[in-house]
Amino acid sequence: MSPVTVHKSEASSPRTVVLVGNPNVGKSVLFNALTGSYVTVSNYPGTSVEVARGTAVIDGQSWQVIDTPGMYAMHTITEEERVAREILLKERPDVVLHVLDARNLERMLAMTIQLIEAGLPVVLVVNIMDEAERMGLSFDLPALEQRLGIPVIAAATARKRGIEEIRQAISSLGSSCGLPIAYSRLLEGDIAEVARLMQGDYLLSRRALALLLLQGDDEITALVAGVEGDGYPVLEHKVKEIAFERRESFHLDLSLERKETVRRLMSGVMHVEGQRRETWSSRFSRLTVQPLTGIPLLLATLYFGLYKFVGGFGAGTLVDLLEGELFEGWFAPWIITLVNGWIPWWWLQELLVGEYGIFTLGLRYAVGIILPIVATFFIFFSLLEDGGYLPRLALMVDRVFKWFGLSGRAVIPMVLGFGCSTMATMVTRTLETVRERVIATLLLALAIPCSAQLGVILALLAQTPGALAVWAGCMLVLLVVVGILAGRMMPGEAPMFYMELPPMRLPQLSNVLTKTYTRMQWYFLEILPLFVLASVLLWLGKITNSLERLIDALSPLMHAIGLPRDAAVAFIFGFFRRDYGAAGLYDLQSAGLLDGRQLTVAAVTLTLFIPCVAQFLMMFKERGWKVSLGIFVLVSLLAFGSGYLLNQLLVTTGLLG
Amino acid sequence: MKLSDHAEEILEAMWIAIEEQDAAFYDPASMQLADDDAGCRELVGKSLVELRHGMLYFRPEGREEGKKTIRRHRLAERLMMDVFNIKGEEGDDKACLFEHLLHEGVDTKLCTMLNHPETCPHGKPIPPGDCCLEARRSGDLGVVPLTECKSGQEGEIAYIQTDDSKKMQKLMAMGVLPGNQILLTQAFPSYIFKVGFSEFAIDTALAREIFVRKR
Repeated sequence: MSPVTVHKSEASSPRTVVLVGNPNVGKSVLFNALTGSYVTVSNYPGTSVEVARGTAVIDGQSWQVIDTPGMYAMHTITEEERVAREILLKERPDVVLHVLDARNLERMLAMTIQLIEAGLPVVLVVNIMDEAERMGLSFDLPALEQRLGIPVIAAATARKRGIEEIRQAISSLGSSCGLPIAYSRLLEGDIAEVARLMQGDYLLSRRALALLLLQGDDEITALVAGVEGDGYPVLEHKVKEIAFERRESFHLDLSLERKETVRRLMSGVMHVEGQRRETWSSRFSRLTVQPLTGIPLLLATLYFGLYKFVGGFGAGTLVDLLEGELFEGWFAPWIITLVNGWIPWWWLQELLVGEYGIFTLGLRYAVGIILPIVATFFIFFSLLEDGGYLPRLALMVDRVFKWFGLSGRAVIPMVLGFGCSTMATMVTRTLETVRERVIATLLLALAIPCSAQLGVILALLAQTPGALAVWAGCMLVLLVVVGILAGRMMPGEAPMFYMELPPMRLPQLSNVLTKTYTRMQWYFLEILPLFVLASVLLWLGKITNSLERLIDALSPLMHAIGLPRDAAVAFIFGFFRRDYGAAGLYDLQSAGLLDGRQLTVAAVTLTLFIPCVAQFLMMFKERGWKVSLGIFVLVSLLAFGSGYLLNQLLVTTGLLG
Repeated sequence: MKLSDHAEEILEAMWIAIEEQDAAFYDPASMQLADDDAGCRELVGKSLVELRHGMLYFRPEGREEGKKTIRRHRLAERLMMDVFNIKGEEGDDKACLFEHLLHEGVDTKLCTMLNHPETCPHGKPIPPGDCCLEARRSGDLGVVPLTECKSGQEGEIAYIQTDDSKKMQKLMAMGVLPGNQILLTQAFPSYIFKVGFSEFAIDTALAREIFVRKR
């Protein structure tokens, strides 16, 4: 982090509001309500790693609104928290909206104190009031407002309650920064000693920085070292001295002091009426996490969601409709006649509607085959996400994932990988350690087929009895063996698992659909150009004959794993998108070029084979070139090695012949 | 009664042979003790043991003293392993040196601090002392890690014990702070607990580091 000393010019840039708070407190919903635009609203702590920005017009003035990833405290631990704090440090917010969950006011108020202490202009939004009231809680927020010295607003943003008050608070927030909060004399003494040695200009108060230094926050230490320059060694010495004196329990003491402060602030603020009522959601939640009911529920979810809905409905019914009826029956004949009638040049005809034409290959695959599969997957995933099922899934699989050196948290990218491995590779950044990220990236690249590929492969192998079982068996064995080996051999510390379980709620249809739509949009913008590019490259290869040469070059490899020479086409396709390759196999099979054994071997090799270009680029971006290249080589070796072994096995045993 | 270290070791060996392995007597030769060994003479002199036909027998006072000695030894082992994290042979060796310091109530303090353990790290029973019996009688369940709680049990968080400050902070951010009420709702496949109105899931490794005063 570079030291921020530049002052924002007053006139040119709009004023800024930053939303901060724990995960799952409704920040994104508030963001949408303020800006009117849509960002992902999620139940799972951690999916909003990306920062959303929007504009709001309040009282005739334009404001920039920034939604940050969930953070628990100013002293950051995870990547997401670091991003959130960096925004507070760099964006010079004019207003910081601290959004928290009314039901957990006491617990979350600790961060409000830290924000006030940092000298930030805070407005406290006590959200989810509706659910809190339903639980029999009531609040005396004016009292809290008085004690804190900042505006405190009751809201239920999902019900549009409190939005107007929040807008007013934003536009009328004065320069007051809340009342000072004093710690014990001992701690105050330490803070003063450290703060006294700081000379530089900072965006956060010296008091807050002193506390962060004492907590050993690496980034703040680097920041302060940069600003202080020559004066830093003295400061560092002091910090180390205090840290050593209080080595026993500094973090704990600080937390306890904050807890005590919060207790004082809260006295008489919250009233609980009667008994804690058991809601249907908590009863259902219990069913999802107890092994006896949870495992069948998990399997049922995956069966109906992935196999029936995505595989059956998406890859079957919808693909037949779009690709079979609409495209083959109507669009393709029309466009081919049109192009051939109007364009006299053979090469251009080929480019547009030929064997690898943009329309006949690129668009057909992208729209006819991939679109319905990906759309159904994203609907399924959004339902799980909004219902609050994902964290429960994570805790159910944590023990098993530990064998692979992963924590249950990794279930999110893994399940997402069944939708789109590229997106999943991106989401691996929510995992805590580099070690976990690398293992997850490797497994995603190797053994997790994406929904598009899955759909085509299910359709392909369904016709050969037993082929599907062999394919699934191979995937599972490789996943487990490579996973366990990776878990054993990768250096680094063992993962730890902790997760907040948000209450389960009935997903809102509109939210699920908008979310699916935004994801589809992302997917489409990203993949359609790749499909067109792939078509163009293949067409170039065809008219220059270099495709033939490449196929020839690959044919010994194909031969080694018992496939006909033409299968190389599918593998070349496969490099552009995994599913493209699978769809290529579909063509070969339709032409009657593959028998059951070859089909199975080809499907296994192709699924294991290198991820699509997009995923490879994403790996490159997220993991760096060394790791990505390593994974690339490993995955290629494993894919063809397994293909070879499987072919030998099938030939010897005569299975699937 | 203050005995020499060597005499204490003889008592321990006797206790294991006679009380735990049901031998009638203890053969000093199995410890390579000479006939006129100083330790034996000390024990006989203090009327704790009898030497008959070259074999050692407990007198009632000696049996009691042996029990206390073995208890100190095994408490020391627990201390090495649970608190100092010194395991294996090195832990055993250190425990052998340490046990001789546990006199005059130090053993009671140590036992209370370790929450009245019932077995040594090798699984052998630690004879209960007065403090253990008293704790049991008064129903003081003491402080146990979350992993020792049953689902449905509620308690107060006593302290967090971890070497990793990040873990500590993560737990504290979740509301796992001494003094807060915690309700364990499930212990398998992961630990699920409630603090306030929020629910959290953690793995065994983390659960082991949260210590709860049971209600």
